Amino acid sequence: MNHFELFDLPAAFNLDAADLQQRYRKLQQTLHPDRFANGSQRDKLLAVQRTAQLNDAYQTLRNPLLRAEYILQLRGLDLAHEQTTLQDPEFLMAQMEWRERIAELNDWEEIDAALRDLAVESRDLQSELEQQINAEQNEAAANSIRKLKFMLKLEHELEEKSE
Amino acid sequence: MAYSEKVIDHYENPRNVGAFDKNDPSIATGMVGAPACGDVMKLQLKINDNGIIEDAKFKTYGCGSAIASSSLVTEWVKGKSIEEAAQLKNTQIAEELALPPVKIHCSILAEDAIKAAIEDYKKKHAN
Repeated sequence: MNHFELFDLPAAFNLDAADLQQRYRKLQQTLHPDRFANGSQRDKLLAVQRTAQLNDAYQTLRNPLLRAEYILQLRGLDLAHEQTTLQDPEFLMAQMEWRERIAELNDWEEIDAALRDLAVESRDLQSELEQQINAEQNEAAANSIRKLKFMLKLEHELEEKSE
Repeated sequence: MAYSEKVIDHYENPRNVGAFDKNDPSIATGMVGAPACGDVMKLQLKINDNGIIEDAKFKTYGCGSAIASSSLVTEWVKGKSIEEAAQLKNTQIAEELALPPVKIHCSILAEDAIKAAIEDYKKKHAN
């Protein structure tokens, strides 16, 4: 059973986060350890395993980037373990400029402005990704996911700066 | 994770950090990135009329292994012909720096940076 089937949802990128959370909570209750207090050792073990699977599925589907990656995996494209490099000069040049900007940030205001700019760029990329996944343009979607991973890295760097 | 002595040496004293003018016809620029970790690497080669790499510079945003891999590569390619440089394999880089398996992608990045730079040079001199 794949993650979407587990929640009885279609394998689509568009997803209602609140609905997913509700389904998650319901399933979680059916697996609660208290329900198996008088059950056999085997039942308890199974419940623990299913809980782990449920949590894994929930964490994957609630995160847009992981969800996109998972959909592509279901379509036969594994990005999680790839070691390929991205060779898009324009995008990488922009990444270099981002890194330089982050290195030179001095105060809260600048960090704040950078976070806002980054959010805009990420959102654009994400809506592109959404269209590509819906149109089954898997290779293009894979590239957008790779780019979004760079954006995520920038976000982490910025968060470290603001701590 | 423990870095090897060579990685630490290159990380603390990186060779050939900097940039050339990318519009100069003798300069080849290779830009590559690793999605898995978000590392970005720019490698530039100064190539003379005989196709020999006279100088190299790099700028890398990434972990110690990525910086060491690119620093090492700038040392290795100097004096080599384009053809010789294109033969450089990531396994040689990984071996020299004693990179652990989880850092192999850093050496792949450096190898791909050389190839991207050579590709850029060929494009510039296509006519």
